[in-house]
Amino acid sequence: MLHRFASPARFSRIATRVLPWSVALTGLLFVAGIYFALFASPADYQQGETVRIMYVHVPSAWMAIACYIFIAAMSAISLIWKHPLADVAARAAAPLGAAFTLIVLITGSLWGKPTWGTWWVWDARLTSVLIMFFLYLGHIALTHAFDNPQRGAKAAAMLALVGFINIPIIKFSVDWWNTLHQPASLTRLDRPAIDPGMLTPLLLMGLAFMAYFVTMLLIRMRADLNAARARARQLSAAE
Amino acid sequence: MKRKHRRLLFVVVSLGLLGSAAALILNTVEDSLIFFYTPSDLAARPAAPDNRFRLGGLVEKGSVRSKGKTTFFNVTDMNRTISVIYTGVLPDLFREGQGVVAEGTLDPDGRFTASQILAKHDETYMPKEVADALSKKGRWREGKSGK
Repeated sequence: MLHRFASPARFSRIATRVLPWSVALTGLLFVAGIYFALFASPADYQQGETVRIMYVHVPSAWMAIACYIFIAAMSAISLIWKHPLADVAARAAAPLGAAFTLIVLITGSLWGKPTWGTWWVWDARLTSVLIMFFLYLGHIALTHAFDNPQRGAKAAAMLALVGFINIPIIKFSVDWWNTLHQPASLTRLDRPAIDPGMLTPLLLMGLAFMAYFVTMLLIRMRADLNAARARARQLSAAE
Repeated sequence: MKRKHRRLLFVVVSLGLLGSAAALILNTVEDSLIFFYTPSDLAARPAAPDNRFRLGGLVEKGSVRSKGKTTFFNVTDMNRTISVIYTGVLPDLFREGQGVVAEGTLDPDGRFTASQILAKHDETYMPKEVADALSKKGRWREGKSGK
């Protein structure tokens, strides 16, 4: 199954065919999501209009974690099965994940000041997300730290797998330890603790962020493969 | 084929070992991972006087009094209660019956002197009309997520 998509040429063909659709889908979802988030949803009974920060904060948190899981999976595939596209995918995803994490930290801080009364606290949730941001930066740095790109990819893949331990810590920090950050609203055993009128923009924005991630990932991977092909052609022309 | 399996085993085993190591470490340093202590925690493990820590719980209903810029209130976890004294500006979301985290020291007489107050937000999100309707029906906190 995996090796059907192993050929970079085949991947580029599929990406080129999918991209117009995923760009259009991303645009549509963002327009709908932002409309619901800013205009067609109620203010919160406690937070007032500040609640709208959640429609950016929570989807980017989801995608920051999803992107890390994706990179860790690609790293395992690269280390174990030596799949040629896995390194490309991990390399393409890392800056996206770092950006999502930065958005989470900034929007969370902007929400924390009016709600909690502080920009930042060192509780388990906030600290573990900050560590994930540093893991992303470390991954990007390691990828480019070697003259031989394959060695860089290998080192970065190991870092991604070691850092994967942080993911369950982020997710369950709010349940395991007392934190200032509130526990999950959606993934509860009973019904979600969020009003349906607020759930619509949240889920729409979640889908929009996901579509954006897929689109950017395809663009970045295709660009990476094209650059490699251009380098190879240059080398063979120089001979 | 054989080398592939050896690499898979290596990755799985090292992740397992790293995971257990992380779990052991986190278990050991749990005290510093906890952001605040509840009044019941304090009863079980009394804090040394002049030792700064954070106290968390709900602001007891009907306990908030203020004199000038100083506010007196009780923090409760529905089991035990500690009275808190704080001088300064309270966060907007400081309300009776809502979560709060106070940083400060425990006085010898059992009263907590806070130097900073943070409002703790819970995981419930709803419009004002729904909250009003719920409290009118007296179903506040019971039908948290419903309409």
